[in-house]
Amino acid sequence: MFGLEALDLARIQFAFTISFHIVFPAITIGLASYLAVLEGLWLKTSNTLYRDLYHFWSKIFAVNFGMGVVSGLVMAYQFGTNWSAFSDFAGAVTGPLLTYEVLTAFFLEAGFLGVMLFGWNRVGPGLHFFSTVMVAIGTLISTFWILASNSWMHTPQGYEIIDGRVIPVDWFAVVFNPSFPYRLAHMATAAFLATAFFVGASAAWHLLRGRDNPAIRKMLSMALWMALLVAPVQAFIGDLHGLNTLKYQPAKIAAIEGHWENVGDEPTPLILFGWPDMEREETRFKVEIPALGSLILTHSLDKQVPALKDFPPEDRANSTIVFWTFRIMVAMGLMMILTGLWGTWLRRGERLYTCRPFLHLAVWMGPSGIIAILAGWYTTEIGRQPWIVHGLMRTADASSGHSATQLGFTLALFVVVYFVLFGAGIGYMLRLVRKGPKIDGGKETSEGGPGKPRTPARPLSAAEEGLEDGETDTLPERS
Amino acid sequence: MGIDLPLIWAVIIAFGVMMYVVMDGFDLGIGILFPFVRDDGERDVMMNTVAPVWDGNETWLVLGGAGLFGAFPLAYAVVLDALYLPLILMLLGLIFRGVAFEFRFKAKAAKRHLWDKAFIGGSLTATFFQGVALGAYIDGFEVVNRSFAGGAFDWLTPFSVFCGLALIAAYALLGCTWLIMKTEGRLQQQMHDLGRPLVFVVLGVTGIVSLWTPFEHPAIAERWFSLPNLFWFMPVPVLVLLCTWALLRAVASNANYSPFLLTLALIFLGYSGLGISLWPNVIPPSISIWEASAPPQSQGFMLVGALFIIPFILMYTAWSYYVFRGKVTVDDGYH
Repeated sequence: MFGLEALDLARIQFAFTISFHIVFPAITIGLASYLAVLEGLWLKTSNTLYRDLYHFWSKIFAVNFGMGVVSGLVMAYQFGTNWSAFSDFAGAVTGPLLTYEVLTAFFLEAGFLGVMLFGWNRVGPGLHFFSTVMVAIGTLISTFWILASNSWMHTPQGYEIIDGRVIPVDWFAVVFNPSFPYRLAHMATAAFLATAFFVGASAAWHLLRGRDNPAIRKMLSMALWMALLVAPVQAFIGDLHGLNTLKYQPAKIAAIEGHWENVGDEPTPLILFGWPDMEREETRFKVEIPALGSLILTHSLDKQVPALKDFPPEDRANSTIVFWTFRIMVAMGLMMILTGLWGTWLRRGERLYTCRPFLHLAVWMGPSGIIAILAGWYTTEIGRQPWIVHGLMRTADASSGHSATQLGFTLALFVVVYFVLFGAGIGYMLRLVRKGPKIDGGKETSEGGPGKPRTPARPLSAAEEGLEDGETDTLPERS
Repeated sequence: MGIDLPLIWAVIIAFGVMMYVVMDGFDLGIGILFPFVRDDGERDVMMNTVAPVWDGNETWLVLGGAGLFGAFPLAYAVVLDALYLPLILMLLGLIFRGVAFEFRFKAKAAKRHLWDKAFIGGSLTATFFQGVALGAYIDGFEVVNRSFAGGAFDWLTPFSVFCGLALIAAYALLGCTWLIMKTEGRLQQQMHDLGRPLVFVVLGVTGIVSLWTPFEHPAIAERWFSLPNLFWFMPVPVLVLLCTWALLRAVASNANYSPFLLTLALIFLGYSGLGISLWPNVIPPSISIWEASAPPQSQGFMLVGALFIIPFILMYTAWSYYVFRGKVTVDDGYH
């Protein structure tokens, strides 16, 4: 089918479903913490705009959470349906970690999410704030388990192989494997940044349309403080993560750098742009800066960085792809830092909220965090190839062996269904964003909870706006 | 070690699947019954009778999948591989239905019929392929070197297709009796009228599946019909007949609660019948829960979390249903 082999299609299918899925949890993680901060500020300052912002974003959070749950359902089964050999080989390690993630998520849903979404008028402010904080922590615990499982696939340890299968011998070593702390920090920070830029873009969009009020200004301001302070921190974490990868997955670094061979004792240059060609074993049309590669990756001017030709061809990742996905991620990060700096500059004299070129930039930067997350994941996952578990199992040996026709058929179904349904879901979220925060809307909140029509198990029910403008006669009303 | 971890996990997962069937069965049934009810207001009521509880089922489905992955990776690998197409179609059906459920409430009246159709289509697809998967599971899988060795369409047999249709009937009955319990007036009367023929259909398909299974699988026939097993297991079919008889009477006498409870009992009996047929295999026809289990390090590690959180989920579920007790009417707030 289209010259793609079954293995390619299986990988594309997994990439497609997980790419759709990851966007929702990333925003969930970021918004949950943002909401906790907003509520904390509301309790501390009694400034109603924090409360108004809380109610505004909690609806969007709920819809987003719902989309994450629905798209996550498929992920719980994809390992078995598409990667059965991997599931049998490594299930004893990755299965329990995934189960812990699921248990954490449901614990949250059953416990604190209900109070957070529906309990504003029914529990005291302290308990409500506590619930929001617990939801925020819970999303991070979920992240913890998923990234433990993923990181183990990059840098496995704490296991033995008996009868051709992985047996966990030390769970602490399994969870806290070498790449885990860096990946966890990098991903959690990425989720925060992606959310900050989404929030900032929403505010800028309203300001450009002349909807100017203190709550909207506060949204933009908070987002840009995040950009100023956290984007550089992310670059630093990214650097540490890169060094960790150099140590444990040098072939991945070589592919990211498009660096084919070391010449004599010369330090490694940094290739800014070029086209890594896997057939010709060279990076064509390259623009490079001498010795900068060594400086960045070894923090020295004489040590060399491993090159692709140090590894046999069958052990190399596709440099053409990861070279570019990595640069897209870095470009997004640099743009974030610049946006943060420009925004800080504009704070003098309150020009931040009126400078139209800047507001346009902020709107365009809205998806930057999500693009960076996807590009970053493509880099690390495609960079791990040809391994599914680094050094232990090849991706080619991991799949279920379905035919290309079968995989092409299901892939087409996934594409159609996901675009229709999640397209509608994302459209609905953006519609909520366009409504903007309601000033002094704080006394109202959805009535709901266990056994009520609106429940935390149906987070979408927390938002009551219709799908389209105009009369929506069966809209649930607040009681 | 005195603790049989594979057994504990088999019980947990079997319990999870049971919870799923019970709790998702009736609301899939609502979707299946949708075409029989044309009135928009009554359709709203039908939705409202499940709105507060319907999404809890997904908990058990995801937990079942993840739990199987961790506790019985071999079963997870083989069964999900072998049932690739029906499971993907089932999941897509469930997704469709989940989103349609929410957006129907938020759509304009003119567009609502689109979400209605998505809801019906999703419910039917999910149920049918769940039944097909079940049928194929009973039929068993060819395993060589710890992986599925059969063909891409091994799951597609007359038996599995029949199981798919049978499950549609069973879930329709669950939905029907649920509505009898949760509604009143014309809608309830409609469901009372629909109840009787549905009971006969379900009795018929149950009978056919119960005979077809041992007929095709000598091992299962041996399990049921050899002595003294026959006497031990005799209560199952006898209770099925008793329940059906009571169910018919309950429907005829316009009872409120007993039809649903009796249908649940029927489903439970069917489920235990299935358990009797397949025990102790997690990959029929011949790989047992002990052969397919993850090492104790994995199962023990998971058990800590499961024992802590599952009771919590159960309490929460019970509380939800308790708060939601009683009838749902057209005038209720959420419609």
